[in-house]
Amino acid sequence: MSKVIIVDYQAGNLFSVLNACLKVGINAEITSDKNKIVSADGIILPGVGAFGESMNNLEKLDLVNPIKDFVSSGKPFLGVCLGLQLLFEESEEFGVTKGLGLVEGVVKKFKSPDKSIKIPQIGWNTIQKPPHADWQQTPLTDIAENSFMYFVHSFYVEPSNHKDIISETTYEGKKYCSSIQKNNIFATQFHPEKSADLGLRMYKNWSKELK
Amino acid sequence: MAKNIRIIPRLDIKGQHLVKGIHLEGLRVLGNPETFARYYYEQGADELMYMDVVASLYERNSLQEIISRTAKEIFIPLTVGGGLRTIEDIRNVLKAGADKVSLNTAAIANPKIIKDASLKFGASTIVVAIEAIKQSNGEYLCYTDNGREYTGKNALEWAMEVESLGAGELVITSVDKEGTGSGFDFELVQQIAEKVSIPVIAHGGAGKLDDFEKVVNHSKADAIAVASVLHYDFIQKHEQEIDTEKEGNVSFLKSGRSFTKIQPVSLPEIKKYLADQGVPCRI
Repeated sequence: MSKVIIVDYQAGNLFSVLNACLKVGINAEITSDKNKIVSADGIILPGVGAFGESMNNLEKLDLVNPIKDFVSSGKPFLGVCLGLQLLFEESEEFGVTKGLGLVEGVVKKFKSPDKSIKIPQIGWNTIQKPPHADWQQTPLTDIAENSFMYFVHSFYVEPSNHKDIISETTYEGKKYCSSIQKNNIFATQFHPEKSADLGLRMYKNWSKELK
Repeated sequence: MAKNIRIIPRLDIKGQHLVKGIHLEGLRVLGNPETFARYYYEQGADELMYMDVVASLYERNSLQEIISRTAKEIFIPLTVGGGLRTIEDIRNVLKAGADKVSLNTAAIANPKIIKDASLKFGASTIVVAIEAIKQSNGEYLCYTDNGREYTGKNALEWAMEVESLGAGELVITSVDKEGTGSGFDFELVQQIAEKVSIPVIAHGGAGKLDDFEKVVNHSKADAIAVASVLHYDFIQKHEQEIDTEKEGNVSFLKSGRSFTKIQPVSLPEIKKYLADQGVPCRI
């Protein structure tokens, strides 16, 4: 049976991801053991927390290269929330912090000049398909456009290559990228493990890519 | 598009039981919290909130087990609060499967825990609960321990301080209104929601559908925590299945005396009502 590693870099949300995996029959384990990461059939990079501190943790645990090696192996990679943002080149959180650089683009913060917009965005929001995107070849296959997913974030990603964007979401008038697909990388800003039945279906769909 | 308003069933837990009181006191046992949680999940709850209302050390294990069983079956965010004092306490409930924690007493006793915890677990994981009582001069003051302990802290100032310390959300409970069904303290929620840019969850006093619309449109709440109206609706609909000997004492509901202000409604009814009033929510 395929083995999926949930990368433990001391960020929150690991157990929710594990519970969702177990629910849909994914054989998953939480670990920061780099050997297990490199030899996994699929990896999930979850995350709730701060970009800078998380990059520091990945470096301290010596996980940056194992994750990059895994991604270049072509095996399925799933990033969730901060696990999406960390894939990018840099984040504007506390000045500029370098990310993993596996996807071209940057991470930006929602702006609320007069405090009228609540940040973080916490709650359910819908996902839309950009004109070029085809969900059929992604874990979003058989999930209807405008489905509700659960979001918790203050930052959003801005991919340089528009074609990497496979769904968009609008929060308080700001349209942003809510999921990406680039080769074997699929990553979402929302938390499918907290998005009830549709989120579980997304995990199930993703697991079909495992060999 | 405006943001979607969240409806969050709040389950007060004592030992292994779901309980409900008035003004956070006079608790009655209603049944098994997991049965209610499962039902609310299926009915479209946007999140769930578990509050350990009689938090004590030796009962902590049963709460951990309830969290852990819930998190394996229910795939929406779960906030857990009540008696969490240290970073280690927070880590333990997150490990059991909670997504967020709610702090009150510990935050007031040691505000630095908000900062430490939000750096460690992410700001959005840290919810601060403010239990306020309106004073005769109109000022709102914070209380702890289910509204029993006076702190002297001004609720508005505390809300702003909590935001600057890095909390991700606030739950505002009006102790005066809690469990009464006489409506939220709309003024309290509005005053705080206007002062902070983190989401505000209104709690305490919902008794009829009108109250939900008003706390969003008038008071600018981002989410609503609800207990009595939902619990009583569930019990009314499942009266036959609930073994009152074993599960809970619900005979008081049949008398209809002390709860005349609470009109039981279901989650789909609340959401449909809000949507009809132009308040966006997930249906």
